[in-house]
Parts: sequence; structure tokens; C-alpha cells
Amino acid sequence: MVQANDPFVSFKGVQKSYDGETLVVKNLNLDIASGEFLTMLGPSGSGKTTCLMMLAGFETATHGDIELGGRPINNIPPHKRGIGMVFQNYALFPHMTVGENLAFPLKVRNMPTAEVEDKVRAVLDMVQMLAFIDRKPAQLSGGQQQRIALARALVFNPELVLMDEPLGALDKQLREHMQYEIKHIHENLGVTVVYVTHDQSEALTMSNRIAVFDDGIIQQLADPVTLYEKPENAFVAQFIGENNQMLGTVQSVSKNIATVKLEAGDVVKALAVNVGAVGSRTTLSVRPERCIVTAKKSAGTSSLDARIEELIYLGDHIRCRMSVAGDDQFIVKVPNTSGQLGLEIGALSQIGWKNDDCRALDFNEPV
Amino acid sequence: MADSQTASLEPITAADGTPLKKKLAQALFRSRVRAVSLVVPLFAFVMASFVIPILALMWQGVYNDRFSSHMPNLTERLTMWDGLTEPNEKMYEALVADLKTARADRTIGRAATRVNQEFPGTRSLFTSTARKAKKLKPPFKESVIKANKKWNNIEVWQAMKITSQDLTPGFYATALDGRYTVDQGFVRQDENRQIYVKLFWRTMLISATVMGLCLLLGYPVAYLLATLPLRASNLLMIMVLLPFWTSLLVRTTAWIAILQSQGVINDLMVFVGITADDARFSLIYNMTGTIIAMTHILLPFMILPLYSVMKTIPPSYMRAARSLGATPTMAFIKVYMPQTIPGIGAGGLLVFILAIGYYITPALVGGQDGQLISNMIAYHMQKSLNWSLAAALGGILLAGVLVLYWAYDKVIGIDNMKLG
Amino acid sequence: MSGLTKKIIAIAGASAFVSGAAMAADLTVVSWGGAYTKSQVEAYHKPWMAKTGKAIVSEDYGGGIAEIKAQVESGNVTWDVVDVELSDAIRACDEGLLEPIDHSILPPAPDGTPATEDFLPGTLHDCAVANIVWSSVYAYDSSKTRNWNKPTTMADFFNTKAFPGKRGMRKSPKVTMEFALIADGVPVSEVYDVLGTEEGVARAFAKLDTIKDDVVWWEAGAQPPQLLADGEVVFSTAWNGRVFNAKNAEGQSFEMVWDGQIYDLDLWVIPKGSKNKEAALDFVAFSTATEQLAAQASWISYGPARASSEARIGTFHSDDSIKMADHMPTAAANFKNALQNDFEFWADNADQLNERFNAWLSK
Repeated sequence: MVQANDPFVSFKGVQKSYDGETLVVKNLNLDIASGEFLTMLGPSGSGKTTCLMMLAGFETATHGDIELGGRPINNIPPHKRGIGMVFQNYALFPHMTVGENLAFPLKVRNMPTAEVEDKVRAVLDMVQMLAFIDRKPAQLSGGQQQRIALARALVFNPELVLMDEPLGALDKQLREHMQYEIKHIHENLGVTVVYVTHDQSEALTMSNRIAVFDDGIIQQLADPVTLYEKPENAFVAQFIGENNQMLGTVQSVSKNIATVKLEAGDVVKALAVNVGAVGSRTTLSVRPERCIVTAKKSAGTSSLDARIEELIYLGDHIRCRMSVAGDDQFIVKVPNTSGQLGLEIGALSQIGWKNDDCRALDFNEPV
Repeated sequence: MADSQTASLEPITAADGTPLKKKLAQALFRSRVRAVSLVVPLFAFVMASFVIPILALMWQGVYNDRFSSHMPNLTERLTMWDGLTEPNEKMYEALVADLKTARADRTIGRAATRVNQEFPGTRSLFTSTARKAKKLKPPFKESVIKANKKWNNIEVWQAMKITSQDLTPGFYATALDGRYTVDQGFVRQDENRQIYVKLFWRTMLISATVMGLCLLLGYPVAYLLATLPLRASNLLMIMVLLPFWTSLLVRTTAWIAILQSQGVINDLMVFVGITADDARFSLIYNMTGTIIAMTHILLPFMILPLYSVMKTIPPSYMRAARSLGATPTMAFIKVYMPQTIPGIGAGGLLVFILAIGYYITPALVGGQDGQLISNMIAYHMQKSLNWSLAAALGGILLAGVLVLYWAYDKVIGIDNMKLG
Repeated sequence: MSGLTKKIIAIAGASAFVSGAAMAADLTVVSWGGAYTKSQVEAYHKPWMAKTGKAIVSEDYGGGIAEIKAQVESGNVTWDVVDVELSDAIRACDEGLLEPIDHSILPPAPDGTPATEDFLPGTLHDCAVANIVWSSVYAYDSSKTRNWNKPTTMADFFNTKAFPGKRGMRKSPKVTMEFALIADGVPVSEVYDVLGTEEGVARAFAKLDTIKDDVVWWEAGAQPPQLLADGEVVFSTAWNGRVFNAKNAEGQSFEMVWDGQIYDLDLWVIPKGSKNKEAALDFVAFSTATEQLAAQASWISYGPARASSEARIGTFHSDDSIKMADHMPTAAANFKNALQNDFEFWADNADQLNERFNAWLSK
């Protein structure tokens, strides 16, 4: 039905305002392919949940169209959209048993009782919760409730499943375990998933693509690797993973390499990703694991004087806080290889990076 | 290790050598004393103001010594009498002796009233004979019957025998439209005196109707209260609570002004042409009036528990139901309503129990077919002064409420009740 | 309603406006409220306070002996003098709830006739002294135009064909059943004999059945004038003094039908254990003197219980053209077909007939 290249879900110029004064979602354009696992990632208030609610039908778009399988769904009520949804607090019906919760979407679709029974058992088996079929939700742990909520969203074979921060209430270990489980279920069923979270590691673990939201706008839409390796603006670089940011002014650009004069006076080179004309200000972003301590200056690298302020031993690596170019929060991760030991607080050294690893992005005044 | 083995045979001790259990009890004693002393005043208050009066009431429903305490000699004779044979001279003698003392003590009315409750029309028999008691000479049987031939009626004596028993099921029998007799035990009351059973049923029916109407009217309001934005819901809440701030009498009187046949509603209907001027609706001084006024007065007691339950139901349940394919109606019925059952139960029980005991409103607007059992209880408390019968009626009402409570617990479960 | 809302009216001294709250009560006198209590305040309370210098607190109640019983049995008697109906006076006396009143303390008539001879027959009892004769009648509002002639008999009250519309009646078998029998043609002299039989009771209920659907039942004495004024009913049984006052003091155009009236007594009683017994006895003797009883009659149309008072009845306090004597239940024109309430019959049968009446009501 849906062509491989045709988007399965499509936001076209969608805007949303609650109060008629400010836009929570500003001109959203987003295509989601069938079978994709797409995560909407962003801080709270960024508009990601609103987008999900518009897709589910609980909020109406102020402007623009949302299409599902090629059909505009703006005027279709939620119960006719056939979209499975997992809620932040699970929203398992407390007066029904696990089995009744799962049977609910099938019964409202008038499925024969015997078939309902089979279907419920099958999906419970899939999430390894068959033994709990007669329990009430209140008798289950958070993780178990999570599995049931997931099973309920899948039991009626929706083509699209929405998840609104479903793992937010779980402890870290369980959360990581569930991340893999959801990922595997997605892979096995081939269902399209739109997932909302503010946890970037969760997004990186599970998604095919991630849409990073801030201020009602998608800042970057890319697969996890691209997003981490090649953030296109300072917000994304800051939000995804750890990075060191330095502010400076572009002095010259040649062959995608910009020469930037830092505010402390040092001059470094960086990959020109998102910079204005010569003389405009820019934010440089370097991942801590791409910095090399006591690097010798060589072609295609930049290097700066540094002073070690703090060392945290983390086993596989040492986290090293340094003063670099007037910033005493510069973090470097030093791999725990035999040659690297011997760092001392107060010691002066050089740090450096490959020019490609330092990205010159839009100017973003640190808060 | 050897040490620990021998120690395990001994009671475990604390560091200073006292047994651990004793030590623990000592440590807990103070906090127990404090907890008890916090509860004792309330407990005493509840006992004194609630439990003991109720027990006293129950007791009064089965115990009445008005006859035996004022007619001691006769009571003794009546106890010996089998209740079927002709009363003998000794009994008449005791009667005259007791009448004399009762007349002198001015207590004859008490005994007479008591017998009159069992056998109507005998009150004046006692008071008039008591007036002549001084002049009565032996043989007493002859002279007493000569004074008033009603004494020859064995039913009078049977009634006295019944009333001479302090512990009697008679009041409960009366409260259930029966009579307790010497020879046949329990018999049904004459049909034209049967009133209480019918009133009990009507009380239940009216209370259930009021409860149903309160639920019907209160549910949407409570839903609105729970889902509206704060400012609007606060305003609505004030309107819901408004009736609480006006006196019950004022509200009831207002209903009279509105509902009477020359009242606002009828005037309006005549004006609009719904009804003719000479065929105005009877909305008050009947069951309709009672139901309307009581529904209004009890509505907040339904809305508040419903509201407090609804307030705790997050909107995500309804969303989840709809995302799972349920229409708004189905989601409401299958998912929202079952979760409000604790509120429905609490509100329903509260309204029902309050309605069962309602008395001022039906008295004012009830007319002839809007009276409840509580009006009868009030009548016996205040007018006929038959407190024992009032106690028996109250006891049956209490038993009815307890049965309902039990049934509620069986069906819905008392743990599920949420009073707000 | 009036039984529950006890309106406590502190009356300042007759001569001076002393703060009511600051004044201690030397005597608490309890009566039925409204125009009736006012007539007693004017004719009894004020002169007595002026004479003795003591203060009276006047309280309202709704009749019955429940409150007296409660006070006496709890040993906390706060009422000193109470105005009660005859059957209640007899019953309370028989139950030992009242102080006996020695009739020798009652003042003789101005011409020297002893009180025991001056009081009308049946008005003096061991524990009670009557002050007035009052009557149950029925009334209608003559200002409302209706398509019928003036009603004149008790039978007219029950005639819904000639006089269609709702009727107000007291929700009590007392008086109601007597009215029904009178309307059904039983001579007043035989009413209680008939009512004493099973057939008689059935006959009364049968007569009441003919108007049952048209009856609005009232319970407080203030209700009938209100029901008539509101047009809620076309006829209502009522106490004659209430109707008289609604007509002459409030300007209502009510008319009374005296045919088949049932008259009764109101009496002073003193609850047993009254804390101001001496003052209470003095008040009872004072207020039932010839002059005071005659004075009360100028405030409300209830007849004095003394023969010697009748000649002294004057005009309505606010309108000299109304001769009060003509409006008394005992006035010759009104007394042609009258029945005295039989307290003994009701003491015997009140419980039974109440049950039957309530059963009949709820049928």
C-alpha cells in the first residue's frame, strides 16, 4: 500500500498554539518511513510531546496537515486512527486485570472471544508476562506494568505505535534492559514507532533516526551516528553526548577548515560546519574523547596550553578537568592505556585534536 | 561457636542482660501510653454521645417498666395468671390497691397510658376507676366491675398481663404492624391500622429515588468540576456548596414558594401555556415535593465524594482507551465510570442514609404521601410520647441501614468507598 | 416548624425600656406564639410585671407535652407556666408532670362570686386553670371571586361539587374526624358516641375519602391564613382567633363558618419542679382574674373562661367599631351548632386513631 519511498507519517507545515499568543510547535515538517523507529528528543517544553499528541489525535494542529499512510488525519478522531500508544504513567486500567486490559482494544473492535483469548496470550507470551494474566495492574512492579502497557499498545496490530517517555519511571538498570527489549520487539514486528524522550542515551540506543527538538523546532534530524558525530548546531552538540564548547571569531575559511580566534586569544582550526562570514562569531565543539593530552603539534591538528585541575578515575578511562583558553571546565577523557598514566593535578601540558574533530558551529552564548 | 549454641537455648538478651522481649515491651510502652492517651478523649466522647445513647435507645425498644413500677401488686398477680382463665378476686384486690396508691402518687396516668398503647380506649378506664378506688369495697371483683363494666372484658386483663412484662417484644411487633398477644403470640395488626411497614418501604423507595436523582444530576457536575480549569471549577464548586451556607429551613421554605400551585413554576407554566390555570401541577405537599426538595438538599453529599474520586483519575486513562479504539462513549462507560465506583458508592450510601433519616423536609413539604418513617418516629417522640415505639422504629431503621451497609460491602466492598 | 424554632422574646418592663438581656427572668411563660401570645402579653404579662416588678420571659412552642416531660424527667425545669390544651393538661396531670393548683388562690369575681363558681363548667382541673375558650372552624377568602354562594354549613366544606378547589385541614385525626361526622349529618350531641364505635370511625373516614384528593394538610396554626391568602386552598379549617386576627389586624378578607365548630380550652399549667413556683402560682391567679381575661378578649377573639368576664368584653384594641363579644366562639350567633372537644375520648383513642389516620393518609 505504502510505497517504500512514500512517507508513512508526514507532518506538513504543522503549527500548534495553546493560548493564541505563542507557538509551541513552529512549522514542523517531518516524514517518517514505514517500519522506522523515530525518536523525538528534546528538553521539556520543546514541543516534542505536543507533536506526539497531535499525531495521536488528542490535540489538534492549529495549522498544517498531518498525514498517515497518505491520508490527512486532522479530522479523524483518535479511536479511528488505529495508533497504539504507550503512556508515560502506563495508563493501565486499574479496575481490569492484565488480561482484560489487553483484551480491551480487541473487544471494542468486536473480535470473537476465542480469538481475543489467543491473541492476548500470544502477546503476553511475547513480553514474557503470561503468568500475570489474572493480576491487577496495582499488583505489578513498574517494569512489569511497562511490559503490559507495551503489549496492550501492540495487541491490536497497529501499524504505528507512539511512546511517550515510557521508561521515565523505571530505575536505570531496568530502563536499559527495557530499551533493548523495545528495540527487539520493534525489529521483530516491523512496526513503525514514534518515541518521545528527553534522555539522549535512550534515543541513541533505540532509534533509526532522532529528531532533536528545541523551542518548537527540529534542530536536527539524523541517525544516531550522524547526530553524535556531526551535530549541525551548538544546541545539538551540547544536548547529544558530552562536548567542550569554546567561543571565538572566524578569521578565515578555506577548504571547509575555518581558522578561529578564541576569546582568550589562541587561534585554532576547526571544521566549518555552520559558520557565517569572516568576522562572525562561532561556537567550537570538541568531544572529550577526541582530545589528546600532550599532543605534539602536527599538520591537521590544533593544540592549546592546558593545566590539569581535577582527575576522576573511572576505570576504563580517566576523566580529566582542565583549564584551557580561560575555561576551567574543559573535559578530556584519557583512555586508560599504559602510556597515559602519570597525570598529576596542577601539571601543565598541551592538548590537541584533529581539525575534523572540532566543529565550528553557530554562535551560542553559554547560559 | 559453642557459646552461641548454649545462648540459643536461652532467651535472647539485650546488652544489659534483660530479655530482649521485655526490653522491647519497655521501649514500646511509652509510645503506647501516648497513643492511647491521645485516643481516650475521643473514645470517651463517642461512647458517651453516640454508643451509649444508641444502646439505651435499643434497650428502650424492648424494655418498659411503666406498668410494673406503678402497679407492683397487680404485676405480681398477673405474672401468676395464665392469661386465659377468668381473673380472680385476688387480682381485683391487687388492682384496687395499686389504683389507690397510683391515684395518690399521681402516677396512674403512666400505667394507664402504657396499657392504652396495647389496648386502645382503656386509659380512661384506669383514671376513672382510680378516682373511685377509695370507695370500692370487697368483694372487689364485683365492685370494680360495677364501677366500670369494661373490667369484665378479659382482653383488658390480657393487655395488662402483656404490659406487666418489662421485657417485651410488643413494641417491635407494633413497629412491624403486628401485635403481641397473650394467647396467640404474634398476630397481624388490623388492616386499617397497618402503617409502619408501608412507611418503611416508602422511606426506602423515596431514599433510593433521591439517591438515583442525585447521582444522575451530580455525576455530570462532578465530572465538570474535576475536568474544568481551576478558576472555572472553583466558581462551580462555590455554587455546589452554596446550599450548605443557607439554613435548611430557608431552603425548604424557598421550595414551597417555588413549587406551590400558585408558585413560580406553575405560574410560568400557565404563562407559557403548558397547563391551564385551573389544572396546575401539584408539585408540593406530596411525594414529588419531598423528592424534589430532598434531592436538592442532598445533592452536595453526592457531588463531593464523586468529585474527590474523579479528581484523582488522570486524563491519560481516557486517552489510552481512545487510542485503543474505544469511542468516547465507550471509553467513558468502560474505563472512566468503573473507576468512579468508589465515589458513586460513597456518595450513594451517604445520600441514602441521610435520606432515610430525613425528617424536617418531608414534614414541611411532604403532604400526605411524602411522609417518611422518621416523621413517625418524631411523632412518637414528641406527640404520643411513646418513646419505646419510637425506639423500636429507630432500631428497625438502624438494622435496615446495617443490612444495606453489609450488602454494600458484599457487592462493592467497603474498602472501595472514598468519602473525599 | 414553630416547635423547633423557639423564639425567645424578652419583654422589657411595662413602664421602662430596660435591656432585655440584662434583665434576669423571674418567670418563664410559654405559649403558642403569634397573635395569641401577643394578646397574653398585653393582657397578662405587662400588668403583672407592673404590679410585681418582676420580669417575664415569653417563649413560643408548638403544643404537646413532650418538652414538659423532658424537663421534668431530666430535673431541669426551665418553664414555669405553660399554656396547654385540655387533653394534654389532663394527661400531664395524670402522669405526675404538673404541680397541683389550689383553686382557693384564684380571685373571686368582682361581685364576690367565688372563683370555683365563676369559672365556666369544666374549666378548672387539679393541675390546670383555663384562660380561654377557642374554637376550630373553617374559613375562606371572600375577596377571591368564585362561582359559588357563600358556604354556611360544615357539609359545604365537604361538598366539592358546589365548592370545588383545595381544602386545608389539620393533619391530625382530632377535630378532623368530628368535622367529617358533623358534615355527614351526625348531630353534635352524638358525635363522640358515634366516633366511639368501629362503624363511626369507618363512617368518618368514608366521608374524608370524598375530599381526600383535594386536601392540603397543615400542621402549624399560622399556616391556614397563609394558605388562604396564597390562594393555595379555597377553604381551610383554622383556629378562630388566627382567622380573626388575619382579618382585622392584617386586613385579609377572610370569613368564618361557625356551623359545626369544635371548641376547646387552653389552660395554664405549672410543670412539676418549677424553680419559680410561687411566682408562677401568683401569675396564674392574676392572669385568670375577671379583668385580665376580659382584657385579653380585646386582643384576640377567644372567649374568657369566666362568666363574670363576658359582660366586660370590650372592642378590638385597634378598632372601636368591632365588638369583640360578637366574634367569640361562645357568642350566641356562633354557638348554634357547636361541639366541645371530648378530652377523655381523645386521651383514650388518640394513639389508635392516629395510627388509623396515618394509615388512611398513606393509602
